[in-house]
Amino acid sequence: MDHDCIVIGGGLVGSAVAYGLSRQNQKVAILDGGDRSFRASRGNFGLVWVQGKGWDYPPYAQWCLKAANLWPEFSRQLGEETGTDLCYQRNGGMHFCVNEAEWEERRRILEQNTLHTDGEFQYEMLDHAALAEKVPQISNAVVGASYSHLDGHVDPLSLLHALHQGINRQDVTYVPNQNVSEISGKDGEFQVVSNGTTRSAGKVVLCAGLGNQRLGEMVGMNIPVVVDRGQLMITERIKPFLDWPTLHVRQTGEGTVQIGDSHEKVGLDDGTDPAILQKIVQRAVLMFPFLARVRLVRAWGALRIMTPDGNPIYQQSETCPGAYAVTCHSGVTLAAIHAGTVAEWISGKNDDPLLSRFGTERLHV
Amino acid sequence: MFKTIEEPAEGAVEILVEGVAHRVPANISVAAAALLCGLGSVRETPISGAGRLPYCMMGVCFDCLMKINGQPNQRACQVTVAADMTVERQLGAAEYEDL
Repeated sequence: MDHDCIVIGGGLVGSAVAYGLSRQNQKVAILDGGDRSFRASRGNFGLVWVQGKGWDYPPYAQWCLKAANLWPEFSRQLGEETGTDLCYQRNGGMHFCVNEAEWEERRRILEQNTLHTDGEFQYEMLDHAALAEKVPQISNAVVGASYSHLDGHVDPLSLLHALHQGINRQDVTYVPNQNVSEISGKDGEFQVVSNGTTRSAGKVVLCAGLGNQRLGEMVGMNIPVVVDRGQLMITERIKPFLDWPTLHVRQTGEGTVQIGDSHEKVGLDDGTDPAILQKIVQRAVLMFPFLARVRLVRAWGALRIMTPDGNPIYQQSETCPGAYAVTCHSGVTLAAIHAGTVAEWISGKNDDPLLSRFGTERLHV
Repeated sequence: MFKTIEEPAEGAVEILVEGVAHRVPANISVAAAALLCGLGSVRETPISGAGRLPYCMMGVCFDCLMKINGQPNQRACQVTVAADMTVERQLGAAEYEDL
């Protein structure tokens, strides 16, 4: 047996799972894609987010809160081990509302989060005056905001870099530019063929984002994925003005301002579209008029990996036990729980009842 | 440290670099002019305050950011000098007056 576990995919999900498995002394290999792969992990917004997530699916609300609560210790330990500053902050996060109806709707949604978590999720609705006290540059077009102290943000590229440094230190075998063509065998004796080379492992974990649908079929799993493009922009570095990340504007630790986002059904196209970028910018300028004079440095598109109901999939194959799938679009927020609970679940050391709520059977009724 | 290797064909213009008037060849970039004027650094980085000089000279590395005619964070290698242009070092992150 070459490895205890082969993880397919080396983005935020695969790296976090492999990092967690290797810390339990598992002998792990990562088969990663190449530069032409769709890389959600290199294009995202960097929120470690709770508010609003899972408002219509209680297990996901609980799961996100759990993950976010694991983040401070996860960040401290990963940062210390690798010497990388993740720029992780948990000052809370906001969502701006531009009319009363939106503000009321936001309250209704977040109230669900509180209900789903037995009151553990806490938030405040700020009216314009209360918001302007915290964020003086906010325009009068913003009627208020939701605020939760449980939200935070991180530099997502530093996170990916640190996870790779972490797995490197743990002696994980990392193989880039791989295209997996075949997975065969069963629990304890899987063979994975990529680029003509066969590797054996006791377990296989699919963390290949959009690729999980194709890979799942090789081990008897039906993993439906939905492609959802988001476009983002980043500005020049400016003096700090926003202490709280929001869903559309956040200032990074280095002073750049990240502006998003969009939800587009355009298939496997991770390009940009000026008309949509313009709409995104207009919304940001509506919130902060001075941003109109700030220079944009870069714009890009990235493809979210969505499931039909938007919630993650954690599934062990019924016909090929020992093969697991981890599919989600929140690779940043969930990184801490993927490196912890999920890695322990795969190695048989954790049976968190919440995990059973994220199987694929909910999607195939 | 730097000097021109031939007389500029297009003549010269006067620009104001850190408040001091300099005659530089017309049609060169502000980054080249800053090097020619002997600036020890063109900017200080926003986080550590380290001094920087132009590096790639082709718009990619963003290490030549300067304040040009009052506009912060300009890539000096992508801007051509012009008569009476004011050029200042970019010290830290950009400041907008209403920030």
